[in-house]
Amino acid sequence: MNAFWIILTGSLVAVTCGLLGCYLILRKMAMVGDAISHAVLPGIVLAFLFTGSRDSVPMLIGAGAIGVFTTFLIEFFHRRGGLQTDASIGVTFTWLFALGIILISVFAGKVDLDQDCVLYGEIAYVPIDLWITKSGFIMGPQAVYILSLVFILVLSFILFGYKELYLTTFDPAFAAAIGISTSLWHYMLMGAVSLTTVASFESVGAILVVALLIANPATAYLLTENFKKMLSLSALLGVFTSILGYFLATLIDGSIAGAMSTVAGIFFLLAFLFSPKEGVIYKSFLKRSNIKLAKTQMVKNEK
Amino acid sequence: MDSLIEFFSFSDPNIRYVVAGSVLLAASAAIVGSFTFLKKKALSGDAVAHSVLPGVCLAFILSGTKNPFYLVLGAFATGWLSLVFIDNIVARSKIKEDTATGLILSVFFGVGILLLTAIQHSGNAAQSGLDQFLFGKAASLVGSDLIVFSSISVILIASVILFFKEFTLIAFDENFAKAIGFPVRGLELLLTTLTVLAVVIGIQAVGVVLMAAMLITPAAAARFWTDKLRVMVILAAFIGAFSGICGAYISYIAPAMPTGPWIVMVLSILAIGSFFLAPRKGIMSRYLLQRKNQNQILEENLLKLFYKMGEKDQDYLKERSLKSIQEKRPYSFRKIKRGLQRLLQQGFLERKKDKWQLTLAGKSKGQRVVKLHRLWELYLTEKMNIAPDHVHDDAETIEHIITPEIERKLEKKLGYPKTDPHQSDIPY
Repeated sequence: MNAFWIILTGSLVAVTCGLLGCYLILRKMAMVGDAISHAVLPGIVLAFLFTGSRDSVPMLIGAGAIGVFTTFLIEFFHRRGGLQTDASIGVTFTWLFALGIILISVFAGKVDLDQDCVLYGEIAYVPIDLWITKSGFIMGPQAVYILSLVFILVLSFILFGYKELYLTTFDPAFAAAIGISTSLWHYMLMGAVSLTTVASFESVGAILVVALLIANPATAYLLTENFKKMLSLSALLGVFTSILGYFLATLIDGSIAGAMSTVAGIFFLLAFLFSPKEGVIYKSFLKRSNIKLAKTQMVKNEK
Repeated sequence: MDSLIEFFSFSDPNIRYVVAGSVLLAASAAIVGSFTFLKKKALSGDAVAHSVLPGVCLAFILSGTKNPFYLVLGAFATGWLSLVFIDNIVARSKIKEDTATGLILSVFFGVGILLLTAIQHSGNAAQSGLDQFLFGKAASLVGSDLIVFSSISVILIASVILFFKEFTLIAFDENFAKAIGFPVRGLELLLTTLTVLAVVIGIQAVGVVLMAAMLITPAAAARFWTDKLRVMVILAAFIGAFSGICGAYISYIAPAMPTGPWIVMVLSILAIGSFFLAPRKGIMSRYLLQRKNQNQILEENLLKLFYKMGEKDQDYLKERSLKSIQEKRPYSFRKIKRGLQRLLQQGFLERKKDKWQLTLAGKSKGQRVVKLHRLWELYLTEKMNIAPDHVHDDAETIEHIITPEIERKLEKKLGYPKTDPHQSDIPY
């Protein structure tokens, strides 16, 4: 039963991240996703101090707000200070992450978070933290409910805002011309990413959530040119990542989240090499056959 | 106070090791980071930092010991490999650089975590302490670590000094470097290698995640204070070294405090302080300059308006009401009042009950703005062949910028003209 809960939790995280990641990589904001996932740490610690639990809605919102604040700060240093984007991202997230670690050390006795959990989470402990109703009925792990809630929120955000997100991603100028506020949808997307990283934090930690945000969408991006297919493929890969990751982790007795990112990386490597249209092997084959074709043409012409 | 004296007397060898280690690591990372910063590849340092973890674990699995030499070797191998992967993914697929960076850093880190946890669960007693690579162990540096790190730091700093000119060139103008026959690929390889080395020894102090800050933040802070590369690199090194000492001191007086995050905290505070407060480039001075310019433009526009209304009525010193000003220039009342108030203080206007009147100084200042505007319009039509109905907007902005020297040159070049292209008089 534990295996089922762990795989379910992993799938929820991987699928939610995979959906949002498609937008991030197409908007060339993969590293902003990385920054958010690190920078929510102080928010999580503070929210934990105030609410005393890891799985509460105020905590999700509070820590999520820090994520949006991060993107705002990155923009601010870039626009107002003239700092180049990559440096702006690097300075902002390391600062907030350091703040988070310091807060954890200061409130070590009061906050049930340790530094290792911050980095790679503890998905194996998910089934222990059960939600038990007052009548004593066991509903299953709390994390599953929180993650399902976030998954449904993100899914409906993408379904209801599909047109707006699509347009602001692919043609922001046109979107602005027909009256869609690009910055509104930008910050809503960033809010969704923050919410997801906060919710996934306990299971996979601050850094491995980045693997799930970026790797599966990148794999899907190499396999299709249709955006809807990319979204569903990336979600599907998320489920497989979770299942195979779990078995890999039990096989060599390591971290499940680490194994999930490893599997996601292997998927990407396979797509990178063997993708029917984008794969390196197909491309080099194409190049060779083109050279051959050109040579035979030249020989013909000479005759 | 005692602790301060005790700390800075460096009588305790442990303090000496920690301080020397932190300073060396932070300074050499800052020096190398300055170049990756200028090449706009700041985040590749982040990728390398995360990617050394699997190398460390593999080195441990293969060698079975925690000999820093093997671990550094392993770290170097995977750190370097990560950059090769990123370059290849970008070159051979439609994946963009930011995605490739994020992908490689998180997947390599994931593999590292998988190996690390597997080692930890294997019950091998020698493994304890391996996880210090995650958050660094600046506070527990010992003499033997220091020998390895300081020799690498010396290599790093020496190579940067030796290849300073070459690195400068590839950081600013790679194509030019190629054109004059520099071995650009070789130099890039060297810079990459130095970056990986800086990361490999730097994570000992601050750990995997925060290593990026050691490379980027000092350079970003230093950039705000100077335009000279030499000064910037030295300044970055000092900022790094200072933060290293501060971090070591803080964890000395409060042993529960982690050194690495505090080093990064001090670095970030210095950097964010620089972003706001640095002269010329800082956000504050940019804002002030912008406001000063806006005020100047508002004031000059108002004086110009008074002058032009006076020109029309043949009475430059006539009193004007707020409403008559707004009719000519649709600013908000608040904005007009603010401008008038400032002009009153400077002695360019006088207040008569609820009306306003030019002083003689105000008249001549307004006259100059009108003159510059019309001179410029004439210059554009005569010398640049631009149609008279296209020159107004351009003159409207340039009239606030023209200096007395340019004014004289314009007059001379145009032969002290009487009228502008719209047949208005040019007042002298």
